[in-house]
Amino acid sequence: MYSKILSLFVLVVTLLLHSCGGKENYEAISESSLYPGGTATTDDFSVNAFGHAAPNISDEDQLRFVTGNAFFKRNWVTAPSSTSDLDGLGALFNARSCSSCHFLDGKGEPGFEKGQSSALLFRLSIPTEAGGTLAEPNYGNQFNHLSILGVKEEGQVNIEYEELNGTYPDGQSYSLRKPHYTFTNLNYGTMQEDVMVSPRIAPQIIGLGLLEAVDENDILNLADPNDKNSDGISGRPNYVKDFTGDSLELGRFGWKANQPNVKQQVAAAFQGDMGLSSSLFSDENETLSQARFINTVTGGYPEVSDDILERVTLYSQVLAVPKRRDAENQNTLQGQQLFTEIACSSCHNPSFITADHSDIPEFEGEKIYPYTDLLLHDMGEALADHRPDGLATGIEWRTPPLWGVGLVKTVNGHTTLLHDGRARNVEEAILWHGGEAENSKNQFKKLSKIERLNLIAFVNSL
Amino acid sequence: MKKVFLFILTSITISCSTKEDISKKEVVENYANIAYTNYHDTYNQALALKKEISTFTENPSTEGLENCKKAWLLARESYGQTEAFRFYGGPIDGENGPEGQLNAWPLDEAYIDYVASEETHNINIINSSDKFPNISADFIASMNEKGSETNVSSGYHAIEFLLWGQDLSDGPGAGQRNYKDYIEGKEGTAENANRRKTYLLETTNLLLRDLNSVLTQWEPKQQNYRAQFIATPDQSIEKIVSGLGKLSKGELAGERMFVAFDLRSKEDEHSCFSDNTHNDIIANATGIQNVFLGRYKRVSADSTISGPGLYDLLKQKDESLAEQLKQTIAKGVAESKKIKSPFDQQIKSEEGRKQIAETISLFRKQGDLLAAAANKLGFKFDPEAT
Repeated sequence: MYSKILSLFVLVVTLLLHSCGGKENYEAISESSLYPGGTATTDDFSVNAFGHAAPNISDEDQLRFVTGNAFFKRNWVTAPSSTSDLDGLGALFNARSCSSCHFLDGKGEPGFEKGQSSALLFRLSIPTEAGGTLAEPNYGNQFNHLSILGVKEEGQVNIEYEELNGTYPDGQSYSLRKPHYTFTNLNYGTMQEDVMVSPRIAPQIIGLGLLEAVDENDILNLADPNDKNSDGISGRPNYVKDFTGDSLELGRFGWKANQPNVKQQVAAAFQGDMGLSSSLFSDENETLSQARFINTVTGGYPEVSDDILERVTLYSQVLAVPKRRDAENQNTLQGQQLFTEIACSSCHNPSFITADHSDIPEFEGEKIYPYTDLLLHDMGEALADHRPDGLATGIEWRTPPLWGVGLVKTVNGHTTLLHDGRARNVEEAILWHGGEAENSKNQFKKLSKIERLNLIAFVNSL
Repeated sequence: MKKVFLFILTSITISCSTKEDISKKEVVENYANIAYTNYHDTYNQALALKKEISTFTENPSTEGLENCKKAWLLARESYGQTEAFRFYGGPIDGENGPEGQLNAWPLDEAYIDYVASEETHNINIINSSDKFPNISADFIASMNEKGSETNVSSGYHAIEFLLWGQDLSDGPGAGQRNYKDYIEGKEGTAENANRRKTYLLETTNLLLRDLNSVLTQWEPKQQNYRAQFIATPDQSIEKIVSGLGKLSKGELAGERMFVAFDLRSKEDEHSCFSDNTHNDIIANATGIQNVFLGRYKRVSADSTISGPGLYDLLKQKDESLAEQLKQTIAKGVAESKKIKSPFDQQIKSEEGRKQIAETISLFRKQGDLLAAAANKLGFKFDPEAT
């Protein structure tokens, strides 16, 4: 009892000392940085923090948002159905609705405890002799673990986590979990031995229209493919096919920046995740070898009408970004300063000023704070999927935006991060960084415990 | 000793509360009575439906099928009003609430029974006896949530589909299921009639079980949700007001009406097999009015419950807002009754669209006014967010 009281006393004194001592006044931050989405910012920090339309869009778009929201949440069903607008699911799929993976417009988690999570999908391809890639012949571009009745699903994926222990220079220990994936119960033959597998988790989908509105040159100005400034950080653009015009465009969305715009991202998800055709992607998601076994009716062509595609696209473009929380307390401010000092901000580029947006004029000229450069970076061997995607190599990933990251726990009840949700929190995500971020990570490890906590507090204030 | 003192202190605090707090408590208690009675009616109507379905499946006939349909339509009237008790995580749609199992749509009809297609014929639950030998209420519940995804295969709309059948017509007209779908053998119009009977009976049993689970939570004088609800009038008032606002604007005006209106989407409507969507809308609007005014007209017996409602509470804070809400809600109910049937045809005609648009804008306004009422009562909610 006595020793307990004593240690409590010590703790209180320590806390008091900390709050009194040290550098008190960190550089004040600008008022605008409290509103990461500019005028497209919401001050709702509840479970619905990611679900609001940007307050500045037109009344007409507000109503289209309502329809987009409905189709984002609604389940698609087997064709033919009385609800003909919503039929044509599958035959192979990962999810029945967008919100199944982006629940409350938020972030998915691996969560394999309850059976395979739809929010974590697996892209597949095989290398060609010419150095390119092709879809896996039997299973296609993406593994579908679900199917409509009468059709066999592709199979299941098992995850096993291996705990890797490590220690900070100050002696504090940590543990990271490394996933191992195996495909089981394969129903369409064997997978080719040289198959390349890329796990991808569903991210929160706020502020996407604002990222679309960032001028391409502003992104390219951040690129340094040959590392001319010798900071160890390159930053390369991905160029990917724009299916509306058949041209190559700068990739902005997806874990490897493999989609040029929100509309194509949405259409690709309808096709790949739900087996639904649209005017952008007219095919079903079955491979030729699967088509021999699958003889189902379609929901008419296109299964996702242009009206629905447009509404869901608009919905995904205009979801507002939550305002910063606790941004101005001393701990967060110190964390923010450290974030810059150890060069996290070299890739997690704090801000842009948006240029014009062809569909949403209200998004022009906003100062936004997404904390991304939308470029590809070598993230090291430990995170590599070894599956090239467009110009992205097997060890490169796009810097994901950090806005909203601290509210994922409120919205989705978890704090997992990185492309496959392996990191259980911000700290682990930082510790997984390697490659171009190796230096920053090592500097993070050398910080004092309080400094580390403050840096994490800063990230969670975004 | 300390505990006793604390208890006394707490009691004093409660009894010292202002007059307004007392009326909050009265409003909450009256609300709980309405919820219980409304669910009680709903349960009884579902029991009556079950009775008709039992009679019909024992001896299928045109008349028997018609009686089932009538009972289903009646059952929807009281259920529709109970939706005023949604959107705050209460017994109906809290974490373990049965709402998704009771009232979800669109139904995955081809997952349950045959639909008009050669290719998918026989690949559904009813016609796959080898894969799914036993159809029971528990089995249906498990299929509804199979593979961490919801495949809507239970609830009111599953029963509706099994009674009316698929509605693939482009013009007016509900589903045209033949009662002989329930006759085994040569006379029958579809295979697996007995399994279809079982599915219909068991999904109705599941419906009764789910409704009963909600009903018991609202029962008076029990250790249940109601007890806790009444004990915390401040929080409960927030739930009541935000529930009404969300049903008005986000759900009814948005999800259920504007979406179909916007895309002129046939059958993208609540009760598409029976063409009963217009009545679903009226029932929701009536449910909102019930709660706002603190009164409920029983369906089964000819009696009315009446007590202090939100209107009375709000009037103390802002009389003109209370009046405006009262009138807007009344107008919403009146205008919703002018929407002609069937809804899926009305969204295509100019006259129908005008009436639907008028009703949608009233429901949206009503949601915004309820948000304004919340501000007056000292809290905030977003009526758009369901």
